Order: sequence, then structure tokens, then C-alpha cells
Amino acid sequence: MINNAALTDLIVKMADDELIQGHRNSEWTGLGPMMEEDIAFSSMAQDKIGHAWALYRILHENLEGEDPDRFAFVRPESAFKCSHLVEMPNGAYDFSLIRHFLFDHAETVRYESLRDSSFEPFQQLSKKLKGELKYHTLHANAFIMQLSRANEESYARMQTALNETIALAAGIFEPAAVYEDLLIDEKVYPGEKELYHRWLDRIYPILVKASLNLPDMDSITPEFGGRKGFHTTHLGPLLKEMGEVFNLDTEASW
Amino acid sequence: MSNESLDPRVNRLKLDDAGTVIRVEEGENWNVYEVFHQEKRGAHHEHVGCVHAPDPQLALVFAKEQFARRKKCVNLWVVRSADILAFDVEDEDMFANNLEKNYRDASGFKVMEKINKFKQSK
Repeated sequence: MINNAALTDLIVKMADDELIQGHRNSEWTGLGPMMEEDIAFSSMAQDKIGHAWALYRILHENLEGEDPDRFAFVRPESAFKCSHLVEMPNGAYDFSLIRHFLFDHAETVRYESLRDSSFEPFQQLSKKLKGELKYHTLHANAFIMQLSRANEESYARMQTALNETIALAAGIFEPAAVYEDLLIDEKVYPGEKELYHRWLDRIYPILVKASLNLPDMDSITPEFGGRKGFHTTHLGPLLKEMGEVFNLDTEASW
Repeated sequence: MSNESLDPRVNRLKLDDAGTVIRVEEGENWNVYEVFHQEKRGAHHEHVGCVHAPDPQLALVFAKEQFARRKKCVNLWVVRSADILAFDVEDEDMFANNLEKNYRDASGFKVMEKINKFKQSK
């Protein structure tokens, strides 16, 4: 029997990443660099919020969690377990694209690993999201390649954005405080350290093809803390905005 | 006089009203790609519209959102609009049917009788 508290901890951090990243990306809607891309990026933002919803539903149906809408919108900030990466404001499109590239590849290795999870709802979810994640990373790779090869300015901006984002992205792989070994032993998932290495193996060849330099990973300090409820100053205002409509009438049915 | 267009591509090209010849810098201005949509495996790809993109890879990505998000789809093709060769509108008369040669229309053949006869002989 898998420990429910350990499972809940894992699901909440995955779902909160998806929810916050989805909302951040949706802030580009109507402001995208060109119409086709505006639609593509907005559509993927919706996918992410859909992933969060699917995970909150697993909590609700399998682990006695709260109703997904309430859980997403009426929790205090300290109950959120998202990584600092997803909390960051969008910045320029270079930052948002690099974040999309790093986050979506991390997401892909994570869901791929869940294909063989001992927790059955994860297997189904992994199968369901496979096509979406394949498309998201295809989109990210195409943009990374396009901009790093376009001209000197775009190349320099992509490299700078990568340098500034990498420690935040490494923060995705913050191990669970007490449950990590238990989740690995129970074969729920392979653990953050393993996923981190799979992620590096995945992004490295694409960055090489784009002639971008992956910073020396041994010299960076991953930005941890989010998984334990410690957040940047950017999360509070975003949660307030996200919950604005829901909190007008928390009892309304949607 | 400069053009006041809101389209960034027009502004990048610095199009003016004098109609002077301009040179398009590689990568600076996007191409238009025609999109062909395949509804199920084995079906024909049907032309559904176009997207602009800097290269074929991104054209595919954009086409997926514009033309395959709501409609059933198993594959897409994209092709640069500039690579499509077409007849001139004035040459439409080449396609007109000659009424005196309607024996050449496939619809004119009465073959079922022959086919049935052939089937019976087998």
C-alpha cells in the first residue's frame, strides 16, 4: 500500500507547477509576437491548466482531496508547492520561450516515467498526455532552433535567457522533504535526482544543435524552496488575480 | 511617403507608395505556407488555408493550431505558397468541355452490361 501523504505531496507539486505555468503562459494571450504564435501559445497554456485539473481530480477521487476548483483557487500561498521557475513574471518572449522549453522537457520526462508507476491513475494520465507533451516540446524546440539561428541579437538573447533561467529550472527537481525514498521504493516514480539527469540528457542535444551553451550544472545552485511552501514575491499577486472571479462567490457552481 | 500599415512585415519592408523595388532579406520577412489537412489515414490531403511562418517546421506547428485543433486530423502538409504553380486566369478556356466530343467523358460509357457479362462468364 502506497503512503497517501507521500502521493498527495507528489501530485500537489506537479499540479501546482502546471496550474501556475499555465496561468503565466496564458498572460501572453493577445500579446503574442504574431497571431499564429499567440494562438499556439495560448492553446498550450490551456493544456497545462487541463493537466493541473486532471491531477487535482486524481487527488479528489483517489486520495480524499478537496474539489479541484476549490483546491486550485482558495488555498493560502504557503499551501502551494510550485517551483520558483513557474512563478516568475513572463518578462520578454526570450525568457518565456526558454522557460517553456526547459519546463516542458522536464514535464515530458516526468510523465514518461509515470507510464510504469505503481500508482495506477498515473499510468492512465501519462498515456493521455503523451501527444500533448510531444507537441509542446516540438513547438519549443522549433522556436529555440529558429531564434538561436536567426541573427546575432536573437542568439545572444536566447543564450542570456538560458543562463538566467537554468538555476530556476533545476529547482523543479527539488526532492520531497521526507517522502522521496518511500516514493522511489514503492515504484511510484524514479525520484527527482533521476528525473533531473534524464532531463539534462534530453535538453542537451537540442541546445547543442541550436549552438547554445548549457551552463556548467555543477556550478549552479538550484532554486529550491517552492516544494516546501516558500515562494517568491511573484506568486502572491498571481494567486490573487487567478482567484479573483472564483472568490466572488466560492459556492457558485461552474 | 511611408506606409502607415499596422502589419509589422509591411513596416519592416519599408514599403512606400512609389512602388520602388525592394529586396527581401532572408529571415526578415516570413513566407506564406499553404496548409493541407488530412482527416483520416488514406484520405486525400485537402487544402484548408494558409499560415505565415519563418520556416516549414514552424509552419507545421502553426498549421496544427489553426487547422487541426478543433477538426479531426491525422496529418498536415505545408508548402510555401510561392512554390505553387498555377495557370493564368485567362487560360480558363483550356478547361472548357467540347460538346462535340462528349464521347470522351467517362460518364458517357455504358459499361455495366459488359462488366456483368464478364463476371458471369467467370
